[in-house]
Amino acid sequence: MSIWGRTAIAGAWEHPTRFAPHMTAFQIHAESARGALADAGLTIHDVDGFFTSGVGPIGLLSLCHHLDLRPDHVDSTSIGGSSFVSHCLHAAAAIAAGLCKVALVTYGSTAASERFAIGTAGTLVGEPPDQFEAPFGPTVVGSYAMVAQRHMHEYGTSSAQLAEIAVTMRRQAGLNPNAKYREPITVEDVLASRMISSPLHLLDCCVISDGGGALVLTSTERARDLAKPPVLILGGAEAVRHLGVGRHDLLDIAARQSGPLALARAGVRHDDIDCCMVYDSYTITVLVTLEALGFCKPGEGGAFCADGRIGLGGALPVNTDGGGLSSNHPGMRGIFLVIEAVRQLRGGAGPAQVPDAKLALVHGTGGMLGQRHSGVTMILGQA
Amino acid sequence: MAEPRSYKKPLPRVDEESRGYWEALARHELYFQRCRDCGAARFYPRALCPACLSSATEWVRASGRGTVYTFTVTHQNQTPGFREELPYVLAMVELAEGPRLLTNLVGCAPDDVRIGMPVEVVFEDVTAEITLAKFRPV
Repeated sequence: MSIWGRTAIAGAWEHPTRFAPHMTAFQIHAESARGALADAGLTIHDVDGFFTSGVGPIGLLSLCHHLDLRPDHVDSTSIGGSSFVSHCLHAAAAIAAGLCKVALVTYGSTAASERFAIGTAGTLVGEPPDQFEAPFGPTVVGSYAMVAQRHMHEYGTSSAQLAEIAVTMRRQAGLNPNAKYREPITVEDVLASRMISSPLHLLDCCVISDGGGALVLTSTERARDLAKPPVLILGGAEAVRHLGVGRHDLLDIAARQSGPLALARAGVRHDDIDCCMVYDSYTITVLVTLEALGFCKPGEGGAFCADGRIGLGGALPVNTDGGGLSSNHPGMRGIFLVIEAVRQLRGGAGPAQVPDAKLALVHGTGGMLGQRHSGVTMILGQA
Repeated sequence: MAEPRSYKKPLPRVDEESRGYWEALARHELYFQRCRDCGAARFYPRALCPACLSSATEWVRASGRGTVYTFTVTHQNQTPGFREELPYVLAMVELAEGPRLLTNLVGCAPDDVRIGMPVEVVFEDVTAEITLAKFRPV
């Protein structure tokens, strides 16, 4: 029997903080767990499956200690910012297989108050491929910038087209009282902001914030009796890309593999999707992800993202909370994609509500486009 | 040659899978690998061919010619050594023989760099032991 549709997201909570020098990351995990469990109408004692990432190689154990959890099933898959989307898929499989009944997924980070320059900190020599890269000064933003440069070369995509994505995200952040930046910006503002790594300007880059969030998943059957309308996991898939043996096309990103597979598993088509939450570490991330997922053809992303199509009121609203570009980005943003999709599918997104949203596509990117990265696509729907 | 103590950028780790590559660079020769069994070329150097998992490897000397596959002019990097040299050009160069590698473009103004631009290797001895392969316009 397929696992799809058998597991639901019953609780979702985004920590409102964007700057928390008075808090620890574990505290943000714990407060987020409290929020998501209350949202679901469950208690910490109901949790028998625990999923987290961003906490160090065996940090899941420390976090279990912190929360005094004794789960029957754990998973600390760490594939970058997409990890929490991955956790949802793994929880769906675990719950359907009977390995656990109530899965808790948590995230917390104080990246901003620790003054961690996520995108421009540079790279040190760690695992084997690093020694062929770090000596030349790669950065996270630089890796995405090389994808953008390549896209511009192959398809004539312009900086103004990328800027439109930042402008749209900021407009949507204006509707989100918790967003880090809410003042409207223009294409000219983006183009006039200082160059970080060409062709990406400051305003092509996501914010750095503190923050966290949590999700509670359980069987669809049980979720129907809980506090909030269940949001079903209808399909999903993971993929990994890297430079391989040195001949990889940088525009062939993981989403090209995970997107079609997730849609097929859910039995839905692109036209069925009412809103889309895609990782927006940089403007280029949105553009190439929407192409790779198949919402438009390769090379058409620039035009596709223009004219309000990916904004509220457009054909495919994307990141209705303002995304990483304007709302929050504590380093690993995947969980917020899921939380915003849940808000939309419950009809609880307030002024950012997509009318009659029944199906959402979530796509998390982890690691770095242009380098080793993961892509996790998940299709969520109303019960 | 730069004094080791004055060189602040990250240095590569010379390990058992890549020693031949670094030793060749120190002689100012650029090599990549080819599988003796299936013939697949690969970069970066590693012990097994990912295409067929054979350990039979030959080192192939690259001409040192190539073209710019993509690049970025880096204006911000907190890493010591790089933060003093902004802006610099991070690039992927496609060798004439096929494999691509991450490198820096030197000897040209960052604003003059273009994808497809022909380049050639320059060997930069950064410490007594370590040489890096960088590229400059032909």
